[in-house]
Amino acid sequence: MFPTRRSLSATLLLVLSAAFAADVPHLSRDQLAKAVRSDSISIPTPGELFAALEKPGKPNWSGQYRGPIPMTYRNRAQIALNLGGLIADGFIAVEAKDSQQVKNIGSDIIKLAKALGVSENLLSRGNSINEFAENDEWDVLQEELEATQNEVKSSMQTHSDQDLVILVSVGGWIRGTQVVSAAIMQNYDERSAKVLRQPALVSFIHAKINDISPGLRAEPLVKDVNEQLIGIEKLVSFPAAKAPSVDEVRKVNEAVGKVMEAIQNKTDAR
Amino acid sequence: MTRRLPILLSIFVLAASLSGAETDREVQARKTALDLAGAFTNDGFKMRDGHWCGTIKPHELALIAVNLYAGNQYWFSVGAIEPATKIAVALYDESGKQVTTENYNAGEKAAAGFSPTNSGQYFVSVDLVEGAASSFCLVYSYK
Repeated sequence: MFPTRRSLSATLLLVLSAAFAADVPHLSRDQLAKAVRSDSISIPTPGELFAALEKPGKPNWSGQYRGPIPMTYRNRAQIALNLGGLIADGFIAVEAKDSQQVKNIGSDIIKLAKALGVSENLLSRGNSINEFAENDEWDVLQEELEATQNEVKSSMQTHSDQDLVILVSVGGWIRGTQVVSAAIMQNYDERSAKVLRQPALVSFIHAKINDISPGLRAEPLVKDVNEQLIGIEKLVSFPAAKAPSVDEVRKVNEAVGKVMEAIQNKTDAR
Repeated sequence: MTRRLPILLSIFVLAASLSGAETDREVQARKTALDLAGAFTNDGFKMRDGHWCGTIKPHELALIAVNLYAGNQYWFSVGAIEPATKIAVALYDESGKQVTTENYNAGEKAAAGFSPTNSGQYFVSVDLVEGAASSFCLVYSYK
């Protein structure tokens, strides 16, 4: 039996498609699973998120400010989470090019860091932030803020507070996502909305929290944040090429807003 | 740029302390990567204050997960040291399929530029093309 011309063409097409697909290198599932995931590379900074948000048009950054947060927290996990949030606030003030706000936030960052006992080298960071803000050096300020965050994390590691490091990143991501989702809701644009798709990032953060010491993980605030991340992961799992609708953005904003409220105001943290 | 110098230096020192004990060879590789990434700052790219160092062997991809935002542009810069003589950087999407990147290769330095249209997880690979096992370091920049 001889193949027809049509079936020959179909076979040829199939072979060519397979050959073309084979030309594009592909990693195996095993390779993807074994890839390194690290706090310092795999978790983006609030600055990266904000840079993506403003590509279609500059949002009203100063409209995203929040009031001053308490500086009297006693629970170390709550301080670490709020430090991350404050650093995100610093990035917002830099985007708004608001030197006074940058200085206020820089001062709050130092106060909270002091409460954790990690401020030895941070005073000079605070001075640099003030100086750069006074001279309107906005690009340098972004780098200085990230360097400050890393100095806090480095100091935590030195003081055997390794478990708090991920909480700083979590606080920053939650506050950043709260601000970005609010800005998108105010001026919806599909291109901006696509920045909210980060299921793997939330999954990674969730896994890191599950790795911290059982005692810290059992603290009411940490437990609450960790549980709420499960729901948030689902909310940011949009299909790759599809932008979330305004309603989906609103749901993300409400979910992260609830977590941020707990981080800022929860009073039963031990 | 002069004001950036102390920041870059502090990034260098801080990065070393954040990652724990790093070998002199990894520090040297990181300096090479930072030198390369520094070129992109002239084009408005901001350098992340984080890095990933390790050892690369022939026929073995070193892989790290990154989370990127649609709309941003990224450069992933890698430096290695002898006996590695040629390295390559590539990027893969969340399904593991290689994506098209703008590439820069110069022996022990290489970089890949990418502008994602979809936000989410990607994977950066570092490949030893020529030479023997050695230390490498990756940094990245965005705008």
